[in-house]
Amino acid sequence: MSVLTVPNAARTRRTPLHSAGFWAALAFGVLVVLAAAVPRLLTGRDPLDIHLDQSFDPPSVAHVFGTDQSGRDVFARVVYGAGQSLLIGLGATALGLAGAVVLGLLGGLGGRALDAVTTRFIEVLYAFPGLLLALILIAVFGNSAGTQVIAVGVASMPGYARMVRGQVLAVRGSGYVQAERVLGRGPARILVRTVLPNAFRPLAVLITLGVGQAIVWAAALGFLGLGVQPPAPEWGAMLNAGRDYVQQAWWLDFFPGAVIVLFTLSLTVLGRAVRAVTEPGGRR
Amino acid sequence: MNGSVRLRVLRRLAEAVLLLLVVGTIVFFLEHLVPGDPARAILGGASAHPSPQALAAVRHEYGFDRPLLAQYGSFLAGLLRLDFGESYTLKQSVLSAIGGQLGSTLALTLTALGIAWVLSVVSTLAGAGRNGWWARIGAGVEVIAAALPQFWLGVVLLLVFAVRLHWLPVIGTGATGLVLPAFTLGIPLAGFLGQVTRDEFDAKLKQPFVLSARARGMSEAGVRARHVLRHAALPGITLSGWGLGALISGAVIAEVVFARQGIGQLLVTAVNSQDLPLVIGITFVVALVYVVANLLTDLAYVAVDPRLRTTIGASKA
Repeated sequence: MSVLTVPNAARTRRTPLHSAGFWAALAFGVLVVLAAAVPRLLTGRDPLDIHLDQSFDPPSVAHVFGTDQSGRDVFARVVYGAGQSLLIGLGATALGLAGAVVLGLLGGLGGRALDAVTTRFIEVLYAFPGLLLALILIAVFGNSAGTQVIAVGVASMPGYARMVRGQVLAVRGSGYVQAERVLGRGPARILVRTVLPNAFRPLAVLITLGVGQAIVWAAALGFLGLGVQPPAPEWGAMLNAGRDYVQQAWWLDFFPGAVIVLFTLSLTVLGRAVRAVTEPGGRR
Repeated sequence: MNGSVRLRVLRRLAEAVLLLLVVGTIVFFLEHLVPGDPARAILGGASAHPSPQALAAVRHEYGFDRPLLAQYGSFLAGLLRLDFGESYTLKQSVLSAIGGQLGSTLALTLTALGIAWVLSVVSTLAGAGRNGWWARIGAGVEVIAAALPQFWLGVVLLLVFAVRLHWLPVIGTGATGLVLPAFTLGIPLAGFLGQVTRDEFDAKLKQPFVLSARARGMSEAGVRARHVLRHAALPGITLSGWGLGALISGAVIAEVVFARQGIGQLLVTAVNSQDLPLVIGITFVVALVYVVANLLTDLAYVAVDPRLRTTIGASKA
């Protein structure tokens, strides 16, 4: 497949510290993390407080993102939703990575036959659209918040597994691992102390981008009515609830979606900045 | 078509069969090993309370009381004939349920792919390799476009062009109903293709053949459109096969946003009611479409890059 390898789409032109985009992304990222950790800091309202006399209020000074069909404050719901959405994204990424490390190590360190089998398996799964993989898992296990995390995690696993295997192979063949072998270090020690840390360093960027991707996938599932159910303040569930009223109250879907877009964009910008700093000269 | 290309086609097909078997097997065993009773899904899902006799009758009718391996055997035999059995909820054959919806989804995804290519080529030809505001804005727009999730972009397009401006119908059939969903899928893909093509374009502009074309007195636009674009399009073509898979995922979302018929809507309904034969059937058909798309991508690659006609057999995996 040498002719058909996908080129790296990312690039960086200037140093990140001098670009306004980097600082904007950092600021927005910090804001979302703050909302996830201490939502009360950003809003005084309760995300579940119902005021039927204030339903479908358009955005105003009192309700910057408007109110929903039950008069709940959309801004408060977006702020309180950050925690759960972030948790789903991080949980799914951790799950995907754990599976990927097992598969990647099997492929990278096992014998030739084992490598062939796991590589085929990874490639087969990688070729499959992630959202569909997630939908199959939800169909099998039933619809719940837990399945949502599992589904997104498994869907993101093949991409990570490919990287882990490639990195493990590269590190294993490197001079410093050979040097350790010559020094008589045991394979377990070499694996834990040398191969894993070195294989993971390039993955750091990928993980930053991957969390954003996981949040988008989870929100897409939520939008379809799968996963966390309304009225829980979670971004995907909010999108789903707003879908029914989109023609009369545009703010119900617009603001949660906009926050998701801005947050994933911020993660992309930050991930590229990390790459630019850790890999001087840029790697293509 | 020469021998090496034919070999490549055969390998793709073998990969396709493998993909389908692996996915089918995993889903089959998950279905039968996970707690939960398909007979309940058939009799109305989690909320229904069927009698034990009714459950036993359904189990017998669908063969759930047979040994697992025997069920697996007939499942695989069915797959080879594209017979996915009967849908639990629609009470009709899975294949005919899919057949009725596939055309609409294919029309949507192919239109979206066309839109993505036109947008990214125009953006690349205009901006790549040039310094200045336009190029920088173009690159920024591509990054943002690639990051737009369909569930948000679709809603925004719907709100602006259908609800506010009334240019297009909110829910439409035919050509006017296709415009908004197709742009919903096409714009993010265009951003993605544009980034890749632009990178490649920038790199190829520095190649000696560009200098020689300029030395022959070719215009700047000519150099860009006739020489550099051909090189820069290659990775984009590779990504189109992948892109069609992504578009079908996206079609699930777009069809729900615009209440449009298609296998995406069908899949969401099937997932919600745990109608596994229907889910498996749709998955298979999507995988088939995906494999065919990748096959066409390989052939398009050979058509655009004449060098591959001789080397593709030599550079085997």
